[in-house]
Amino acid sequence: MLSSNVASENIGDFIYKKLAQFFALLVLLLVIVMGYEMYIGSQLSIDKFGWQFLVTSTWDPVKEIFGALPAIYGTLVSSFLALFISLPLGLGVAIFLSELAPNWLEKPLSFFTELLAGIPSVVYGLWGIFVLVPWLRNSVEPLLAKHLGYLPFFKGVPYGFGMLAAAIILSIMVLPIISSISRDVLKSVPDSQREAALALGATKWEVIKIVFSNSRSGILGATMLGLGRAIGETMAVTMVIGNRALISPSLFDPAYTMASVLANEFTEASSDLYLSALIELALILFFITIIINIAARLLVWSLEKRWSNVK
Amino acid sequence: MENDVIINQTDSINKISEDKNRGKTIIDVMNLSAYFGKTKVLKEISLSIPKNKVVAIIGPSGCGKSTFLRSINRMHEVVGGTITGEIFLDGNNIMKFDPVLLRRKVGMVFQKPNPFPTMSIFNNVVAGLRLNGVRNKNKLTEVVEQSLKQVALWDEVKDSLNESGADISGGQQQRLCIARAIAIKPEVILMDEPASALDPISTAKIEELIHYLKEEYTIVIVTHNMQQAARVSDMTAFLYMGELVEFGPTAKIFTNPSVKKTEDYITGRFG
Repeated sequence: MLSSNVASENIGDFIYKKLAQFFALLVLLLVIVMGYEMYIGSQLSIDKFGWQFLVTSTWDPVKEIFGALPAIYGTLVSSFLALFISLPLGLGVAIFLSELAPNWLEKPLSFFTELLAGIPSVVYGLWGIFVLVPWLRNSVEPLLAKHLGYLPFFKGVPYGFGMLAAAIILSIMVLPIISSISRDVLKSVPDSQREAALALGATKWEVIKIVFSNSRSGILGATMLGLGRAIGETMAVTMVIGNRALISPSLFDPAYTMASVLANEFTEASSDLYLSALIELALILFFITIIINIAARLLVWSLEKRWSNVK
Repeated sequence: MENDVIINQTDSINKISEDKNRGKTIIDVMNLSAYFGKTKVLKEISLSIPKNKVVAIIGPSGCGKSTFLRSINRMHEVVGGTITGEIFLDGNNIMKFDPVLLRRKVGMVFQKPNPFPTMSIFNNVVAGLRLNGVRNKNKLTEVVEQSLKQVALWDEVKDSLNESGADISGGQQQRLCIARAIAIKPEVILMDEPASALDPISTAKIEELIHYLKEEYTIVIVTHNMQQAARVSDMTAFLYMGELVEFGPTAKIFTNPSVKKTEDYITGRFG
């Protein structure tokens, strides 16, 4: 009687464990299947263009010649520009929230920063079209052209719609990710470190430097998570970037990103090769974001290990 | 008649030692009260800490020992405390100092070892010097060796100065933290239960170190271990519920306290 009871409990445990294991693996399987499906779907394009797909810049659906370079270029440049803008801002916000802000201010401010992450991207896009783009076209870009027009980045007609608008929209969308994760990383540094520095006669700024040096890898991780977000962002970028497969150093010129190519053209893909080329684009995007996210997570996790060493 | 002579003698002895102490007092605490919000955690404490002596602060948990210690280098401000009354360091009111400069004169060692894990052992020791703007490599190397020798850590780590300050044992980390504190040549070192997180052997090493360090520094140590206070200190202050119950030579406090409450605490009747 007793033994059968124990056995049945063990069977229950066993089933539960296997079931949980199955669901956990299912997530992994889903990722693999998605990758595989896209690989199969892009076979036609891979056979036709090979590696040339990555390095040629003609995107001509009529003649069925597809090169992804402008989209890859547009994705990377808009994302890195966005980081360039939001990294200093985000770190500033994180340092203020974790080291300087009084308690009564920290909570609401953190809440509102994180709220930025919850705004649907189409809303950002609309704001971009109706507020940001006209402002860039009428004020910012003419000003840049006037004073810095000798640089290749600020040449050409200030359309408003273009790389600059996309980068600015992206930087706003990435800001909450960078600032909230960096804040958590800074806060994870034990107070004993701050006290150690203060007791040595460190100023507030020097304490921040020491806390910061403890958080470098975590902040790099936060940055890469932000980058992952920027690279994959579709709607808002599509609405303001101008959508032309063009590689131009000027930030005023319209451009294209992989995500916006997919969003714009998937429904119009009339031939098998066209569809296949789009799927290959998706595959590239898929790989880039997965690699960036994995690297970022590893960096953030590696920090937690360190503090187990300091008792 | 005989009694009178004895009283006169002890009086004059007291006077002499007072005069001696007065000349050598480094910290004067006058009417010190400390508050966290509206809670008064220290009540009108006055005492003088003689130079090159070890002063132990004992008392039950929550009696204000740590707050007293922290107020000496104004670290109480970091945790949101306020004080009234006055503390003089070498005759200067510490509330008139820049706290950053004050803490370079009054170093501190904490309960848990807190080396900087991103810095090497070398850089940990000179962290304070670097904050002071010392860049000369020879000078830094010299200070590292000297400080680590003073805390008897040199032989154990001299071949691994470039490894992280967090990769050594807890006892070694605490001695590293003491080396870091003395590297900037403070006048006073405050120690907040420096051995309570350590094993008995490491504790013994820290205590030995305290004996040695008082030749150059004045040490104020908070401890809840009364044997430790008896072993390492020259003078002992007993705090209870934020009040200074008794302050005097350690031998007297532990063998012949003048207040009943001190005796009760020492003998373990409460606390």
